[in-house]
Amino acid sequence: MVKKIFVLVILVFFAVMLLPLAKDLTPFQELSPVAKKYVEDGPDELGGANLVTSVIVTYRGLDTLGEVAVLFIAAAGVGFFLRKDGKSNESKKRSSSQILQSGTTFLFPLILVFGVYIFLHGHLTPGGGFQGGVVIASGIVLLLLSRVATKINTTILHLVESLSGAAYITIGVLGLVLAAGFLDNRFLDLGEFGTLLSAGAIPLIYSFIGLKVGAELVGIIDNMQKDQQ
Amino acid sequence: MTTVIIIVLGVVMIAAAILAIHQKSLLSAIIAAGAISLLASILYIILAAPDVAMTEAAIGSGLTTIVFLFALNKIRKQDKDG
Repeated sequence: MVKKIFVLVILVFFAVMLLPLAKDLTPFQELSPVAKKYVEDGPDELGGANLVTSVIVTYRGLDTLGEVAVLFIAAAGVGFFLRKDGKSNESKKRSSSQILQSGTTFLFPLILVFGVYIFLHGHLTPGGGFQGGVVIASGIVLLLLSRVATKINTTILHLVESLSGAAYITIGVLGLVLAAGFLDNRFLDLGEFGTLLSAGAIPLIYSFIGLKVGAELVGIIDNMQKDQQ
Repeated sequence: MTTVIIIVLGVVMIAAAILAIHQKSLLSAIIAAGAISLLASILYIILAAPDVAMTEAAIGSGLTTIVFLFALNKIRKQDKDG
């Protein structure tokens, strides 16, 4: 009873706090000065057809680096807490159904190609490194579910993750040395607006982010799946 | 028309959220939580944010659900053993 009253009091408190905000809310009629500058100068300055990607990878590149670091720490934490002491009992594995196996044979390559497409075309179409990486990871999950005996080669996984992370930082520093600042994409040729090889280093950076995110998420899934056995 | 779709989506999302909290079966609760993300991603597309929609659909309804299912499996196994 006391608990319920307590919850009710907190709810009323939040309602009183938040209602004035909702009441006085008016939709933005125009962009804030920073956003306006991005929208007006972004396409000409950076050459990316997808403005969201231009903002994420270059203007707010440092934030993205922070996000990648957070994801890395999360993956490392999962790996730390779920580590096994080296003993494996593989007797209780159940094989999956025929439908899932056949479906995976057909879908797995398509999902992988789609994931790579998403991060390679991050500067042209919606999506980018994070989305592409997650799509690749979900394809691998499908593989792990349908072919129970599949072993992920963790050495290659860690190699891909570390190398793409290092390459991401290297490109950032290259931007600092050769262009205006850290993670500046303009040290490569901007190319023709709207083509695959345009927007300077943005496709390169997003590809490395995609590989890194994909490898990290596959690592998390692999850790959790290993623990099942 | 768009407003109607958005309201319907919002109502279904709230219903799924209540279901996820009050459902006795943990498996159904996880599925309901994944459904919220899927509906939210439709909402993002209507609101012209395809980038966010892709992230929400892939991470929220795909990967998170799978990680939860793995965790659920692990909890069940420990309950059986201990």
